[in-house]
Formats: sequence, structure tokens, C-alpha cells
Amino acid sequence: MKRTEPFAFVRELATRWDAVALVIVLGLVVALGEASRGLLEPLAKLKATPISLDPAQLPFYAARSTLRMFAALGVSLVFTFTYATWAAKSARAGKLLVPILDILQSVPILSFISITVVFFMSLAPGRVVGAEFAAIFAVFTSQAWNMAFSFYQSLRTVPQELREAAQSFHLSGWMTFWQVEVPFSLPGLIWNTMMSMSGGWFFVVASEALTVGHTSLALPGIGSYIAVAIEQKNMAAIGWAIGAMLVVIILYDQLLFRPLVAWADRLKFEQDATGRPPSSWALTVMQRSRLLSLITDGFFATVRWTSSKLPIAKPRTARAGPAPDNTLRDRLFLTLVIAIVALGLWHIAADLIANTTVTEALRVCGLSLITMVRVFVFIGVASLIWVPVGVWVGLRPRVMAYVQPAAQFMAAFPAQLLFPVVVFFIVRWKLTPDIWLSPLMILGTQWYILFNVIAGASSIPGELRYAAQNFNLRGWQWWKTLALPAVFPYYVTGAITASGGSWNAAFVAEYTSWGSTQVTAHGVGAYLAQASAAGDFHGIVLGTVSMCLFVIIINRLFWRPLYYYAERRYRLA
Amino acid sequence: MNTAPLLQVKDVCKAFPKPDGEGQHIVLEGVNLTINEGEVVGLLGRSGSGKSTLLRCIAGLSSPTGGTLSYLGEPIEGPAHGIAMVFQSFAIFPWLTVYENVALGLEALRVAPPEIRRRALAAIDLIGLDGFESAYPRELSGGMRQRVGFARALVVHPNILLMDEPFSALDVLTAETLRTDFLDLWTEGRMPIKGVILVTHNIEEAVLMCDRILVFASNPGRILTEIRVTLPQPRNRLDPTFRALVESIYVVMTTRLAGEAHARNERFPGLGIGTVLPHVSSNLLAGLMETVAGAPFYGTADLPKIASDLQMEIDELFPVAETLQMMRFAEVAGGDIRLTELGNAFANAEPDERKRIFSRQLLNYVPLAQHIRRVLDERPTHVARKSRFSDELEDHMSEDDAERTLRAMISLGRYAEAFAYDDENAAFSLENPS
Repeated sequence: MKRTEPFAFVRELATRWDAVALVIVLGLVVALGEASRGLLEPLAKLKATPISLDPAQLPFYAARSTLRMFAALGVSLVFTFTYATWAAKSARAGKLLVPILDILQSVPILSFISITVVFFMSLAPGRVVGAEFAAIFAVFTSQAWNMAFSFYQSLRTVPQELREAAQSFHLSGWMTFWQVEVPFSLPGLIWNTMMSMSGGWFFVVASEALTVGHTSLALPGIGSYIAVAIEQKNMAAIGWAIGAMLVVIILYDQLLFRPLVAWADRLKFEQDATGRPPSSWALTVMQRSRLLSLITDGFFATVRWTSSKLPIAKPRTARAGPAPDNTLRDRLFLTLVIAIVALGLWHIAADLIANTTVTEALRVCGLSLITMVRVFVFIGVASLIWVPVGVWVGLRPRVMAYVQPAAQFMAAFPAQLLFPVVVFFIVRWKLTPDIWLSPLMILGTQWYILFNVIAGASSIPGELRYAAQNFNLRGWQWWKTLALPAVFPYYVTGAITASGGSWNAAFVAEYTSWGSTQVTAHGVGAYLAQASAAGDFHGIVLGTVSMCLFVIIINRLFWRPLYYYAERRYRLA
Repeated sequence: MNTAPLLQVKDVCKAFPKPDGEGQHIVLEGVNLTINEGEVVGLLGRSGSGKSTLLRCIAGLSSPTGGTLSYLGEPIEGPAHGIAMVFQSFAIFPWLTVYENVALGLEALRVAPPEIRRRALAAIDLIGLDGFESAYPRELSGGMRQRVGFARALVVHPNILLMDEPFSALDVLTAETLRTDFLDLWTEGRMPIKGVILVTHNIEEAVLMCDRILVFASNPGRILTEIRVTLPQPRNRLDPTFRALVESIYVVMTTRLAGEAHARNERFPGLGIGTVLPHVSSNLLAGLMETVAGAPFYGTADLPKIASDLQMEIDELFPVAETLQMMRFAEVAGGDIRLTELGNAFANAEPDERKRIFSRQLLNYVPLAQHIRRVLDERPTHVARKSRFSDELEDHMSEDDAERTLRAMISLGRYAEAFAYDDENAAFSLENPS
């Protein structure tokens, strides 16, 4: 089991480049928000196909949602191969591109979606295709960053000797990329793509049915289906939607990702890995039908063909000694960065700060604090439950064989499909939304904690466990000396992912409805959802920026140091 | 006819700027070398002697800061056609089959597909890999993987074959099989190569395979001496002439060792902390002293004998011997190691007594240990950050060397109970946990 490893290469708390990246990203958010404000009105008359609650229509809706997912995946892959390659190959660009990626990871996509919807719809006024683009963009923003990170990291860690071999056998840059760097990166990239796809279902469902000001959108898809079902208080339809989603996720998992992961295992660089390689029935079928060899042979033939059309490489080693004079290009680059930063600052100052009263800013900060407390409390609650369960499961390989896929499956399941069930009871029993809506935020993200802890527990070396048995360690002492330290690094990784996801979930979890009854909790998520529904762009930008800053500060001051501490102290080599 | 030698290296130097930008670390200094047709030339030395750096310059993977390299009279400015390399860790691509790995180098040269097929299969056949064409590297043993490395290098029909410790990642038996196979092919002239450069730290391997051995010295890396091996192939390791040659190389290398250790103490007057310490565990130090003190050596041992008895390469053995010499537990000269009185006393002492002796020697003769202890004694809190010392060391050596030296110091200091170290806070102190 492979873990995603966040921030393995950005070690300082914050650098100058982080600050630059922050200004650029926030400036972009503000500028886009202000630019879209004027575009809202002409969109009022959008003809949308009405959504039918007939279960027979569900396969069609499911297919449409899936299609959006794959479209976004395609865009993410293109982004990964270009952006990450650029960042890895150019030391100058990398200084800026990597922190930008890191900051982008912290932008709560969902809150910002209403702005991007308006922006994309203005590109194709009056037509649904703009909304489609916006939905795909939203899913893209949820998938691309960690894929690009993974690829960047792989590119930077291609073993020196492999690079030298490629160089000394005169492989051209193009050949090296496709025959050395990409194969080396694929196992990690496939794993991250799988994680991204899991996260993506949440966003595709959320981005299909949206109300921005007077404009209501309902793209044909599972998300819109469930939105209509909630509006009409149709519990049976909600059941059908949940069922359809289950089927879709099982299909995509079995037909796409299990085969991919099993196939990519052969590319792993550590050649003497022990343990059974992953298997997949679908892969076996594809291999027997020669479908797979057709695809891979075709791919490599294309690579060879394109390589043979390019001129023979004449690699020259960079002359050692004083570096060639790059000061002019360095200066140009720096000037460009300064100009962009100035523009960003100007936008932030003129559009955001100038239009914000102190009271309003304080109120949004207060709301963000409430959401933060909620996230931390429920990550804590989830940890208390899932850490013991995960350790128990991880030490029993046969139980793990069933629970681990189930946990990964649950992480992929878009949790908001289950919200109506909870909200129904909150409405019926008149429960306090501020408390009872909160668990919804970690409903979909708690599974990351579970399956990371399971992975951690299963990787405790057998000899350590026997030693603990031999010394008769029991109860709390066993947990304190063996189980907790061993799973701690894995737990932190899971908790970071869960926490990030929960901030995004706040947007849908703090502001829900059942029929015409609104159920709202206090928090920045609800603030954003309300602003979005009212078409209040200033509110959206303010809320987004505030949430973004909170997430970044929490990451830098809490999660990241914790992660390094865990890696240093408790990683079993 | 081209009358230029296969390879000519003139006054090659390589240096890296220091991290603080002041001055530079010299890795390689004034190396001259000519390779003629039909020669196997060995570059022999300990790690850090710059022999791998030189090989990478010849391969065009790295360029020297001074001097020139030329291949058939043409300056080397990048990987030259006609020079191929075999890597220590094989560096074969795990996602390609044996055949694809071998064919890749020809594809890069735009050889026509039927020709690629013919030559790749011929190379696979020659190196003894037939039957494994469609296997993936992960299915192969280390020995077979390195054969792929050889086939891949030979298939491009290089004039010069560079080998970077090609057998050091293999077990003893496999390594010997590969060496013999390689020598057979070479002496029978069945390989399309005209010259070989072999980097190694294994003295016997060098004597077994090379026509000429260049012994490298460290700090800075340079050629110490050149030794010709005129024994006919196949050579017998037990042949007295062979043994005598191995012995004489040990003598050359240990003479240097003694000289260096002596010179080092004077190189940095004053504190004298600028010595790079190798990381040697106290178990190895005690173990070597016990071995030399006991039968059949009784205090004086022949280094080649010890090396083969303990199955240690010079890269492992020399640092131990050097550390013992630095602490006046032993003297190393003329290919022998001789325990001093204290070394013998240590070998025969009880654990507590051993620690007392060890601590005394450490504080008396290792300047860095003295220095750390003095700083700790002078401070009222008896605590000092690690960074305080690493900053100081980095004036004399690279960041990596400073870190390695401090790690070695911490390990020795802990064994001697001369001072304590808390990794969590990266601080030295005088408190030992009670």
C-alpha cells in the first residue's frame, strides 16, 4: 500500500516565494471575482433541460457525471505533464510554480465555483456548454494539484544512475521523458490519479446543481438528480441515486483503477519488493484479450516513431566552473514576477480591502474560526473511533482484505448524497444544526484516516509484534509503545487529507435543505453558500480568501510540522 | 589511420565551490592519463579519491573544471559515440525487457530496425543472456542484471568500455563468475571494444583484470602511482607473483595512509579539528583490535590477510585501521597493522577498563573530541548546540563531510562516555542519563 506524501520537498515554514505565490493566487481569486460580477446579468435566461426523477433516467445521468469526471481527468493529465515538467526542468520557474501549486491546494474550490461558473458561462452566453466547462473546471481543480505534485516529485527523484545511463546512451530529451521519466513516475501518478478521482466525485456532484443569483443551473447528472429529489422531498429517489453512485464507483474502480494499479506494479523501481503484487481480474481479462498489449505496444510504437523523427541527440555537459551569465534572463524573470505581484496586490487592495468594512472582515474571520473548531473537533472524534479500528483491522490480513477496499470505496463516495438522510431527521426532530450538521463535514473524509491507519498497522514488522508479545506488553502499554508510534506517520497523512477535504465539505455541510426548509449552521461554509446563492460576489471573494488563509496558516503551523515530526521520529525504515 | 591514442586526459581538475561561496573543494587534481588500444586500465582507490568523478568526466557526464580530455584526438564535450558505460547499480530500466533495454541504445542512434534486432540479439547471445530476452529485470538475479548492463554497453560497439565498480554490488561468487566471463571474452577478442577503464576499490580485482593500475590518493583526489601488471591471463590469485603484487599495492596504499594521518595533524594548526572522520562503529574498532591481538597474529597482522579473513574490502578496512592509528591504538605501515601497547591492553581489558582507555585516547588524540569537551566544560550549562560545531567544521570541509564527521564523533563520544548527545534538540551535553 502506497501512501500519498504531501510536502515532502518544501521543508521551510514559508519562503519569500511562498509569499509571492500567495499574493498571485489570492490576486487571481479577487480579480476573477470582480470580473465575473459584471457578467452575471445576461445569464438569467438560460434554458436548462428539466431533470426527471424517473430511475430509468439514472444510468444516463450517471454516465453524464462520469463523462465530466473523465473530461476533467484528461485536462488534469495535460496540466500535470506540462506544469509539473516545467516546474521540474526549469530551476527558475520551479521556484515560483511549486509554491503556487501548494497555495492552490489550499483554495476551497467549491466556494469559488459560482464565480467560475459565471466566468465560463460568459464565454458561451446562453448556452449550457459554459456550465459544463465550469463543472469540469471545478473537478479539474480538485484533481490536478496532487497529480502535478506527484509527477513533479517523481521527476526530481529519478535515480542519478538511470539519468546517466540515458545520457551516456544518447537518449534525446524526448526519449528520456517518455522512456525513463514517465515510466518511473507512473506508479505514483496512477496512485494519485486514483485518489484524485475519488475526491472528484464529491465535486462533480456539487457542481452540477447550482444557483448563482437569479440563475439556476441543473446539468444532467447525479448531482442535479439528487438536488431535485431534495427539493421534492423524495426519499425513494435519493435511495436510487445512492444506489446508482455505488454502481458507478464499483465499475470505475474494477474496470479502470484496479487494472491500472496492477499493471503499474511492474514499473516500480524498487525491484526486490516483497509481498504479493496487486491483482485484478479485469487486467487478466484485458491481457488475455490482448487489448492491453495492443494499447501499450501502440503507445511505445508512437514514442519510438516520434523519437526516430527527431534529430539525434548531441548532449553536451554543462561546462563546469562559473555558471554562464544568466543575469539578464534572471532580471527579466524577476521583473515579471514583481509586476504580477504588484498587479495582484493592487487587485487585492482596490477590490477587496477597499470594499470591506472592518466589522465584515471580523465577522468572516469569526465564522472561519467556528468552522475551524468544527473541523478539528470532528477530526479528533473520527480519530478516536478509527485509529483503534484501523489498528485492529490492519493487524488481521484477512479482515483487511475486505475492509481496506471498503474504506477506499467510502472515501470515493460523494458524501453529500447521504446528507438528506441526516437533514431529514434534523428537521423532523428539530435538532440544533450547529451541532448536528457538523458530522456531515467529515462524513466523506474520515475514511482517509481509516485506510491510512490500516495501511500503517499492516506495515508493522512481524518481529516487532512478536517482541511486544514476548515482553507481554498489554493494554495501554501495547498501544503506547507499539501501535500508536508505528501508525502515527500514516495517521498524520490521513488526517491532513481528511482535514483538507472537510474545509471543502463545509460549503455543502453547513448550508443544507430539505424541501423548502433551510438548515443552516454558523460557519464560513454557510456564509459562502449564502453569498453564492444570493449572487453576492464580494461575499464570495471575501469568504474564499478568508478560508484560504485559514487553511494555509493551519497547514503551515500545525499539519506540516506534525508531519515532519512524525516522519523523523516514528517512521519505521 | 588515426594515430591519436584512444583516450588522452591532460591535467584534469575538478572542484566544487563551497556552500558559503568562499573557496572550493578540490575533488580531483592534475590527473594525466593515456589509454592505448588493447589495454585494461584500473583506477584503484578508496571512496572519495575522485576515481568515479574522473570516470564521469571521461563518459562526458560531467565536465572538469580544468584540463582537457580527448577521445581519438577529439575533445570530449558530452557523451561521446564510442564510449559506453557499465554502472555499479546496473542502471537498467525496470520497465523494459532485457531485449528492449539492450536495443534502446541503438534506437537512440537511429539504427535501422532490422539491424537493431540483429545486433541486440548478438549482444545478448555473446554475454550469455539468450533465453532471457523477454524477461523483465525484476525477474533476474543481480548477476543477470549486470549482464544486461554489459550487453547494453557492448551493443553500441564502443571503442572504450567504462566500468564503474561493476561487480561491487554482487555477491562474491557471482562477481567472480562475471569477471572470468568478461576476461575470457576480452582475451579472446570477441568483444567489439579496444580499451577498458575499470574503477574499483578491490585490490585483488584490479590485479586480476588490469594491465595497468593507477592508484589514487584522497584529499584531494590524485594519481599516487602507476603499477604495471605483466602477468599473463588467465591469472591465478594464489600465484606467488600475484600475491606479491597485491601485497605491494597494500604497502603503497598504507604508506600513504600513515603519511596522510601524520600530515593531517599538522595541516590545521591550532584547533586541529579540520580532519574528516570516517564513520566507524566502536564494535569494528574493538573487533579489529581483538582479532589482531589474538591468534594467529599476536599483535601484528598482514593487511591483505586480515582483509581476506574478515571478508572486508579496503573501503571498510582502511577507515577502521586509520581510526585506530589516529587514537594511537595501532600503527599502520608497509601493508601491516601493529597494535601498540595500549591497543593490546584494550583488547585484553574488561568492558569498564576498555571504556576508560578509549575515553582517554579519544580526548588526548582526537582534536575534535577535545574541542567539544572543552566547550562543554567551559559553559556553565554544559550544553552546546550541534550547529555550533558544524559551522566551525564547514570552514574546513564540505557540509556533507561535516555532518558525517560529527555523526562519527557522536558515536565515538557516546561509546567513550566522553559526552552525551540529544538528537531531538541537536545538542551536546555532559549529562549522561542515570
